[in-house]
Amino acid sequence: MTIPKQAARRRPGRQLRRRPAPGHTRGSAWADGALLLIGACFLLPLLWLVLGSLDPAAGHGTKVPQQPGLENFAAVLTPELLFRPLWNSLLLSAGTGMVTLAAAVLAAYPLSRYRSRFNTPFMYGILFGTCLPVTAIMVPVYGLFVQLRLLDSLPATVLFLAATSLPMAIWMTRNFMDAVPLALEEAAWVDGASRLAALRSIVLPLMRPGLGVVFIFVFIQAWGNFFVPFVLLLSEARQPAAVSIFSFFGQHGAVAYGQLAAFSILYSIPVLALYVIVARGSGNALALAGAVRG
Amino acid sequence: MAANHRTRQLLRYLPVLPAVLLLLVFLAGPVLWAFHSSLTNAGLTGRYARNPEWVGLQNYQRLLQDPVFPLSLALTVLFVAGSAIVGQNVLGLALAVLMRRARPVVSATVGTAVVAAWVLPEIVAAFAAYAFFSRDGTLNQLLGQFGAAETDWLYTVPMAAVILANIWRGTAFSMLVYRAALDGVPAELTEAAHMDGAGPWQRLAFITLPVIRGSIATNLMLVTLQTLAVFTLIWVMTAGGPANGSTTLPVLAYQEAFKFGDIGYGTAVASVLILIGAVFGAAYLRLLRERKP
Repeated sequence: MTIPKQAARRRPGRQLRRRPAPGHTRGSAWADGALLLIGACFLLPLLWLVLGSLDPAAGHGTKVPQQPGLENFAAVLTPELLFRPLWNSLLLSAGTGMVTLAAAVLAAYPLSRYRSRFNTPFMYGILFGTCLPVTAIMVPVYGLFVQLRLLDSLPATVLFLAATSLPMAIWMTRNFMDAVPLALEEAAWVDGASRLAALRSIVLPLMRPGLGVVFIFVFIQAWGNFFVPFVLLLSEARQPAAVSIFSFFGQHGAVAYGQLAAFSILYSIPVLALYVIVARGSGNALALAGAVRG
Repeated sequence: MAANHRTRQLLRYLPVLPAVLLLLVFLAGPVLWAFHSSLTNAGLTGRYARNPEWVGLQNYQRLLQDPVFPLSLALTVLFVAGSAIVGQNVLGLALAVLMRRARPVVSATVGTAVVAAWVLPEIVAAFAAYAFFSRDGTLNQLLGQFGAAETDWLYTVPMAAVILANIWRGTAFSMLVYRAALDGVPAELTEAAHMDGAGPWQRLAFITLPVIRGSIATNLMLVTLQTLAVFTLIWVMTAGGPANGSTTLPVLAYQEAFKFGDIGYGTAVASVLILIGAVFGAAYLRLLRERKP
């Protein structure tokens, strides 16, 4: 098989099959049309969000603003409406990301480096954990939090969110760790480094892109999660943007659609940006995460 | 010596402990707690909030008599079958197949639009879907161009609206899975079939689909599990209404527990949902094991 070198490097795998398929030209025009139609259907609901945010007189309908302006953004750019909820979202998501990553790295190390009868059942147990419908356990979690007096506590909510994302994180982290050759570590041991020192100075730096993917993935999920903070965090001062946007919708939504759209966009931008970073850097890792996710 | 070896073995696994503790306290704990409190009359407030009483299987008996429960179960099956098994799965496959034939620019653009709906925070996606289907929303605007009368979709056909919304929201996942799967189909196979005179549909049905059947099974399992747990989308769009017309099991569990304050009954509903999830999860693990060489 002769593939131009550059093309092969840019997109391995895919380029192989992009060879002119039989009947390519006619088939491709047809495929283009069908795809564009589907794509338009997917874009329509999003269009409302963008146009509505720029239209001070926005309603439910999608229309080009008569007098486009940034009034909606100005109206929601207040500490109470926007900054505090976003700050809470950041605390919640970053906290969840860090707790998850720390626990996942620690757990992944023995699972990746030692051979034991314990590994396979544990990994399958973990995978089973990813299958658990998290919304189903929210009512019992609420009951548990009431009994333990953990309701309305940000750290407790972080720990719960970390637990829900741990199965996927452990699974991914172990795969990334498996890819770091043991020989590198052994060289460090010969030089007198302890296992922990070797983990910190050799293994983790080599896994940095992978760890970044895991962190961002957990962060995105926590940032977008509505149901968990909706049930577990009661006071307005602690609620993240996902919940405060919902209350805003309940209180002002019926009149201020433009502001709702502007709020939604400002709240969505961070995760969209993070997704682009991950997808650019390692599309494969994300596909892998997606394939494993429950 | 042997004991020494065992201790060392255990010590090696010490780093797993934080993760195991988190999983036990916050995942396994609530599951056991759910089964336990579904056998009590725990309340949200009042006397039975702090000191629930043991009522045995009473909640489950009530479940069987409650007309809303079978309805909710049926709606959940409809929601999963319509939006996940048929909708996301078939549309995702169709997108992946089309993307291989279309021009790269087109497939990249459309791929971005599909993924955008998936990456957005769920509450934002839910608002966008709500606005789209509401009385003066985009859908009616579009249909109005063709002279159709205004319909309140969320009121007259709530299930159709939430199913379409969930297809819009979740198809990206299936699309990504199938794009990766199709990349793994050897080109020689389809080319050989083409030489033998097989048309595009025949190549898809007799070559491509059998080769990727493992991915299809995995994807079906995962989208089923994800869709089973959907709450926010339905809650924002219809809140389970009108008259329980879109109350799937997660919404029912939430309503019973928090709206009607009956934690015991709500956890009974949640327990049923957990069991359904566990059955699908076990089936998924079996599938993965079989696929392993």
